[in-house]
Order: sequence, then C-alpha cells, then structure tokens
Amino acid sequence: MSDNVKNEKVKFEVLSGVVGQETKLQKVFRKVPPMIMLCMAWLLFMFIVALFWQKFAPFDYEEQDLANRLSIPKIFGGEDTVHFLGTDSLGRDFLSRLIRSIRTSLLVAFCGTIITAIMGTALGFVAAHFRGWVDETIMMLVDFQYSLPFMILALLVIAFFGNNMIFFVFLLGIEGWNKYARLSRGMALSAQNNGYAVAIRQLGASPVRLYTKHILPNVSNILIVELTLNFPAKILAETSLSFLGLGIQPPDTSLGSLLSFGRAYMMTNWWLAVIPGLTIFLTTLSMCLLGDWVRDTIDPTIRK
Amino acid sequence: MHVKYFLVKTLRAFITTFLLVVFVFFVLRITGDPAQAMLPDDATEEDYIEFRQMWGLDKPLMEQFFVYCKNFIHGDFGQSYKDGRDVFEVISQRLPKSVWLMGMSIIFSIVVGLPLGIYAALHRNSFGDRFVMGAAVFGFSMPNFFLGIMFILIFSMKLHWLPSAGSDTWLHLLLPMITIGMTRMGSYARYTRSAMLNVLSKPYIITAKAKGANRNRMVYLHALPNAAIPIVTVIGTSIGHMVGGSVVIENVFAWPGVGRLLVSSVAVRDLPVVQAIVIVMGLAMVLANLLVDFTYGLLDPRIRVTAGDK
Repeated sequence: MSDNVKNEKVKFEVLSGVVGQETKLQKVFRKVPPMIMLCMAWLLFMFIVALFWQKFAPFDYEEQDLANRLSIPKIFGGEDTVHFLGTDSLGRDFLSRLIRSIRTSLLVAFCGTIITAIMGTALGFVAAHFRGWVDETIMMLVDFQYSLPFMILALLVIAFFGNNMIFFVFLLGIEGWNKYARLSRGMALSAQNNGYAVAIRQLGASPVRLYTKHILPNVSNILIVELTLNFPAKILAETSLSFLGLGIQPPDTSLGSLLSFGRAYMMTNWWLAVIPGLTIFLTTLSMCLLGDWVRDTIDPTIRK
Repeated sequence: MHVKYFLVKTLRAFITTFLLVVFVFFVLRITGDPAQAMLPDDATEEDYIEFRQMWGLDKPLMEQFFVYCKNFIHGDFGQSYKDGRDVFEVISQRLPKSVWLMGMSIIFSIVVGLPLGIYAALHRNSFGDRFVMGAAVFGFSMPNFFLGIMFILIFSMKLHWLPSAGSDTWLHLLLPMITIGMTRMGSYARYTRSAMLNVLSKPYIITAKAKGANRNRMVYLHALPNAAIPIVTVIGTSIGHMVGGSVVIENVFAWPGVGRLLVSSVAVRDLPVVQAIVIVMGLAMVLANLLVDFTYGLLDPRIRVTAGDK
C-alpha cells in the first residue's frame, strides 16, 4: 500500500518535473484522505461556531415568543421566514438555541477532556514513580473504576450533591481517567529505564522535572491519541446526562437537552430532535475517524 | 493450580465489592448528616431517632461502617421517600426486567457481531469487510438515545410496526434490544475480525488448510477458539458501557427497569433508592467481570496456570 503510494509519488514528481517544488502545506494536504479532510472541516466549523456563538446566533437563545410557538420554517415547507429553523415549544429561535447548545456541549466536553488527561496522566506517573503501595492503591482504583460504569457513578454523585456547571465539568473529568492512568503508568515504567531518564535523574533533576519535561514529551503521542478518543466519549457522556435532564440545567442548553425537548414534537416538528442528534453524531464521528487516522499516522505500531 | 486462579479472581471480586460499598458509604457520609439526606422533608423527630439508631449514627465511624454493611447483607436498604415502600422490594420488582433486556441485548450483539466479524475476516477488503469496519465507528459515535428516538420515529410513528414504550410482549423488547445491541455490535465485529485475521495467518491453520480440512471445520474448530480470548475481553469490557447505556435507553423506551427507576429517583433525590441501585448495579458488574475472568481461564489453560502462580 505505502509502496504503491511512494511509487505514485515518484512517478508524479518525475512526470511533472516538480521535484522539490511542492510547498510544505501541499505535502501535508496530499497525505490526508478526503474523508479525514471532511471530518476536519466539520470539526473546524463546530469549533468556530462554539467560539463565536454570539456572532452566529441570529436571536437571543432565551427570548420567548409564546404567540409564535413551534413555527415551521420555510426550508421544511412552512410559513416562517424569520426563523431559519423555526421556533421551539416556547417560541424561542431554534437556530440560536442550537448554536448555544453546540457551544455549551463542546466547551463542557473540552474542559472535561483536559481535566481527565491531566489527572489520569499525573496519577499514572505517580504510580510509576513511587511503586509499592501507592502504585497498588492507584491501580486498585483503576480496576474499581472499570467495574463501576461512569454513568452510574455520575448519577450517584448528582443525586447526593446536586448539580451545577463547574461541578458537572469536574464530574465529566472522572470519565475515562483510568485509561490514561493505565497508559501513562505503563509508558513511564518503560521510559524510566531508558538511558535519557537515568542520565537526567543522575544529573540531579527533580522527579517533577523528569516527568514533565522529559518523559511526558516522549510519551505524548500516545496520550494525544487517547485524547482524541476520549473527547467523543465526553460529548456522549454529557449529552446522555443532559438528555436525561440531569446534566446541563436550564436556562442553559446543551445538545442533549435540546434533543430531549424536541422528542415530544417528533410528529410535527421532527427537526427539533433530529438536528441536535445529527450534530452530536457528526461531531463524535468526525472526532473518532480523525483519532483513528492520527493514531495510524503518528505511530503505525500502536493498535488498540 | 487451577483452583488458585479461580480463587484469586473471586478474591478480587470481593475486594471490588468491598470498595464499592466503601465508596457509597463515603459519598453518603461527606454529604454531612446522612439522616437529613436520607429522610424525606416531612420526617418526624421519631423518624430521625429511629433512623440514627438503625444505621448506628451515634457510634464511631468504624462501627457505623459495620452496621452499614450488616444492613446491606440483610437486604435492608431503608425506605423510599416517594411511597415509603421497602427499597429492596421496589428494586427486586424491577430487576428482572432490566436483566432480561440487558441479557437479550448482549446476546443480540454477539449473535450478530461475531458472524459479521468472521465474515469480514474471511472476505478481507470486500464490500462486507468495509461495511463491518464502518459499523464499528458508527456504533461508537452514534448517541444511543438518538438512535432509539430515530427507531421510534421510523418504526413506531411512521410505519406503526413496533410499540415504542412498555415491556409487555416480546415486540416491546425488539427496539430497545436492537438499540443497545447496535452500539456494541460493530466493535464486536471489528475485534472478531482482527482476532480472526491474526489467527488465520498462524502455521497451524495453514497446516489444516494443507491437509485439506474443509473450510467450516477450519474456521469454527481451529481458528475461532484461538481467537476467542480477545473477543471475550472486548465483550467483558463493554458490559459496563452497555449497563450505562441501558439506563438511558430504558428511559427512551419507557422500559420499567432499574435504570428508569434510577433516573427518576435521582431527579427527585430519592437517595435510599439511588444508593441501593448503585450497589446492585455495581454488584452485577462485579459478577459479570468475574464471569469473564472465569471464561478466560476455561478458554486458555495458559492464563489460569500463569496467573495462578503469581
């Protein structure tokens, strides 16, 4: 396969006489399959919408207009030309709510992913560094997390402590920490005995310096791959909980709660449920495909 | 030697169960006053006194924990806020429905996923193969509640083929079962495919082929048992996802199981019920994992011998 590509490349370069003429950017883009390009484009679009949501939203997402409830927009054969995607059951502009939801869902998932990555990696390094009972305890917690599904754990914690945005983000941060911990522990254990790690330690570097400045960059590839796989899982966790009415609370809105509210009007205004659902699906799908591709590209030897 | 493997695994299961109970106990205690958390707002002074006595709240923490464990072992989870019924009774009414749905979903995803994976491995790079690989990504990225709602929209609302809510007949089972199953089916197929491909290139398969063993015999008798370990691993690790997913799906299809009870109890903060369901689900997970470990041991003698030695 790769030989083929190489041959093609050589042929192309010889025939067109442009050896060395290609810019770096062109090179990068030629390597990326069209499917992945599409995924990247979609994700980029989502992130831009999330970042500049106020610029995109045509109306205030909270503004109600009870006289104009569940209006059917023109693109779905209705009369409403003001609201591009119609209005919801309280007469709020659906497109604005969708944009706000994209922003909330992505922001929450993003923060959650970062928290998980930092916490999981740090715990893995701590386990690898101290060994002994520290290692045993952390690994016991990892095993424990495997046996208690995140969904159940989240529901328990929400039931006992209630819920708010900040708390919810940290709760999402728990999801999947065990995978990072296990990965980073394994990698730190093998890295510790590498020449460079031994040399730096003998030069008198502190463990913190050793792990953050030297071991982390060496194992970051694998952790980044885990990041791209963890992000979609975060989106799914958040939207599931919000769908059940236990995640993001009104007046704020997320893709999950939007879908949950849209459910009741499926016979007449099906897009109220379908569009948020598709948005979630396309985003997680793009991220998964991108993650798979990055994994295969960065290091062909890593396999799930 | 073999007994040792199973003993070690059982011991680990007990440790996990213990951790689970400690965890829930811990969560309950850091809310402050458990009596206040666990009793409804209209509870009388006598209720409080009785509750504190029953759970030993006036005693030292260690003793409280023992009382807590003792009550659980006796199946005494307290009373529901909502209707004052015994929590144990409420849950045991719902549990069979959930177990039934989960069991059928797992069987469904295995019965469909495994043959798909085998087919993909035998017809590498064909259209079917690509389909299987695509299905795995689809299953992973599709939000299960959205899939469920789409099914309701298509099969219940538009076509009127299947009921969208309830659990009375086996027709009611179909949609939730397929929804839960579909999210995992693809990944089962994908892992089966890679495990089979790995095994099919081994010398003993080539030998079997050279000796003229027929294809079915070769695939099902020689290859599949050797590919079973990674497949069982994937099924084992996905049970947690499925249990978590079934909580959502039970709500989508109004399935009267434990998951739906859990969500409605969390919404009204019916803490005795929530606590009991979390323990029951955790126990179910521990049992499922134990079963998977035992299956390993049975499938592969090397595992039970080396792990037993450690």
